[in-house]
Amino acid sequence: MTAAADERTHDSAPADDVLAVAREQVLERGVGLTEQQVLEVLRLADDRLDDLLALAHEVRMRWCGPEVEVEGIISLKTGGCPEDCHFCSQSGRFPTPVRSAWLDIPGLVEAARQTALTGATEFCIVAAVRGPDARLLSQVRDGIKAIRESGNDIQIACSLGMLTQEQVDELVAMGVHRYNHNLETARSHFPNVVTTHSWEERWDTLRMVREAGMEVCSGGILGMGETAEQRAEFAVQLAELDPHEVPMNFLIPQPGTPYEAYEPIEGREALKLVGAFRLALPRTMLRFAGGRELTLGDLGAEKGMLGGVNAIIVGNYLTNLGRPAQRDLDMLADLKMPIKALSDTL
Amino acid sequence: MYCVHCGRPDAEGEHPGCRGPRAALEPPRFCPDCARRMVVQVTPVGWSARCSRHGDTTSAARTG
Ligand code: SF4
Repeated sequence: MTAAADERTHDSAPADDVLAVAREQVLERGVGLTEQQVLEVLRLADDRLDDLLALAHEVRMRWCGPEVEVEGIISLKTGGCPEDCHFCSQSGRFPTPVRSAWLDIPGLVEAARQTALTGATEFCIVAAVRGPDARLLSQVRDGIKAIRESGNDIQIACSLGMLTQEQVDELVAMGVHRYNHNLETARSHFPNVVTTHSWEERWDTLRMVREAGMEVCSGGILGMGETAEQRAEFAVQLAELDPHEVPMNFLIPQPGTPYEAYEPIEGREALKLVGAFRLALPRTMLRFAGGRELTLGDLGAEKGMLGGVNAIIVGNYLTNLGRPAQRDLDMLADLKMPIKALSDTL
Repeated sequence: MYCVHCGRPDAEGEHPGCRGPRAALEPPRFCPDCARRMVVQVTPVGWSARCSRHGDTTSAARTG
């Protein structure tokens, strides 16, 4: 074996090798990587990817366990959003083909039923808005009541944009147990992605959500022109937020948006991000969300599940299609990863 | 017939963005009969699309 090859093996990695450091710091002590360390991981040569994913998987198993949380999502109000998030086909400011739509209550109940049938324990109700108005909150309230009256006890999460304290309290009263509001990208990159509101406004909503006792779900989209440094910055900012869950999306360039011509992230790069985020967030639920089908394909999705991910969105997304839920459920069965049961979440 | 992804005539041009892997993740957005933009609802297991002129179609109908 050459000296170079020898250095690449796990057992003989030099003591200052970032994966050797991570083994002691993250795996043994549960302390997430610093920004500089995440950057070092992102800069690892491609031939260290398998080592990274193996370590990230060990970290996930040690600090989160073997279970995978399965979630379905539904768009309650689609399109026509006044905000200008440059990746989003639902912004009313860009000439995208997405038209506004509202889902009625029977449609919402049916979507929750379909989601529960997959074995999912989470159902997230999403609306394309800056923040909810009275009409939307009333629709959410009626929808949750109807879902419960249908005998479906799936856990309900919401993603309705920026909230006031009063709205946070209302959602708690409705029984919403988790709130999603993505920080989307590093603070330093956010003004390039969104100009109609600030990263700090998003942070404020998340702070209120946490203080009200709801679980915080916040992640973002990778592949929006951010640098490696900004990816590391983002991972550490998420760690500082300490959310219950981080959904990782990979950009699907949407027709009509400013990012329409962006190239999707390459598979190995995406997997490196998965491993690096796990090492920055050892105890956090890390969810595969949109874009994995395009970026990783079937094989890459499996590698991600064996590289730190412990939650998935099954079925379709808000405006894009996913792969059939059964294919993901089969994948989890093949990987011998148990699906988190509803009884474990209550 | 019109392309459900961009609304241009199917037979006109190459439609490179409409036939790649990204388009496979998109529900139809334009009516194939008249190219009107449709109101589309994606659900966890399918989609439905409504053209103001030609009515509703669903993923179940498309896949038989
Ligand atoms: S606030 Fe949400 S729905 Fe509105 S443009 Fe931004 S990402 Fe899209």
